Amino acid sequence: MTVSRFRTIIYIVAAIVSLAGLADATYLTVQALTGETLGCGGSPDCFKVLGSSYARVAGIPVASFGLLAYFSVFTFATFAVFGYARARIFLILTIGAMFLGTLWLLYVQAFLLHAYCRYCLFSAATTFLLAGLVIALPPGRDRSVS
Amino acid sequence: MKRYLPFVIVAVVALATIGSGAMLYRAKRPHISSIPEDKTLSAKSGAESAHIRGNPDAPVTLEEYGDFQCPPCGMFAAFLGQLEKEYDSRLRVVFRNFPLKAHEHAREAALAAEAAGLQGRFWEMHDVLYREQEAWSKAPNACELFESYGGTIGLDLDKFRKDMDGQEAKARVDSDHQRGESLGIQTTPTLFINNQPVDQKDRNPAGIRAEINAALEKKPQT
Repeated sequence: MTVSRFRTIIYIVAAIVSLAGLADATYLTVQALTGETLGCGGSPDCFKVLGSSYARVAGIPVASFGLLAYFSVFTFATFAVFGYARARIFLILTIGAMFLGTLWLLYVQAFLLHAYCRYCLFSAATTFLLAGLVIALPPGRDRSVS
Repeated sequence: MKRYLPFVIVAVVALATIGSGAMLYRAKRPHISSIPEDKTLSAKSGAESAHIRGNPDAPVTLEEYGDFQCPPCGMFAAFLGQLEKEYDSRLRVVFRNFPLKAHEHAREAALAAEAAGLQGRFWEMHDVLYREQEAWSKAPNACELFESYGGTIGLDLDKFRKDMDGQEAKARVDSDHQRGESLGIQTTPTLFINNQPVDQKDRNPAGIRAEINAALEKKPQT
């Protein structure tokens, strides 16, 4: 397998993985917008995490930033598959930022809230997987689209 | 064509995300109806099982459907104390039981509160159940703790035990639950201010205060 083909496969896998994260983040954003996370009886019953002050930044649900991030990853990975050279840089930067954000959110759950939400953990796993894929990317420049 | 393909793929995913998000939002949004005229506190059927605290002639009535084992209800109970002080005679509070099946001891707790209510100590038990929620929620035998709380609020414990297993307490809990279901309630706490449901996303201190103030503006008499 050529390096270029291997890279393309990684971009495709990253795009597919980001779709899973996108679905999760969309679900959590809708939960936050309907207010379901502020009570019991709905799903997810992750109110300790999703109903906490850490779940919003300036009144905006953190999940919506996740939605935007996963959509960006999908976009950049798709463009990278089609040979857009700059997409690779944006993909790496976005996933790097997501990785740092995920570390912060895991810290909040483990040490500040002492509670975990399975949907947030799924998102963390997705981000770690994306980070792993980025690390596995062979160095060098992508061929540019003509 | 290949040049435009990534744009098309990204646009399709964006539309699919927006569409599915909108559909999910519509499905998830609770459809809680207002309390109908024949079930309001002024109607006999609405008043007979209600637990009311505060000025009976208050211009604003806050009706809560709560589950004693639900942590957000516990947080709300603490905030409710502040609200009652803040609005004093302008606010009366009504509590209705809505124990959720997902909570192991919620129904027992509701029965304990109703059994205490049969001795005129509903609100004392309500307060202690929420205050000690974390302790009894995790206890294997919560009823023993409920009895100890009954002792601290001065209940006749023999009667309390008997009433907890009795038909009257069960009937009151079931009646509240059915009433809640008929209004479309699925989550707790669900709040009504002057018989109008409070939107789920407004179930926060600022949102609730805004709703009470709006209700006071409509009914300024004290």
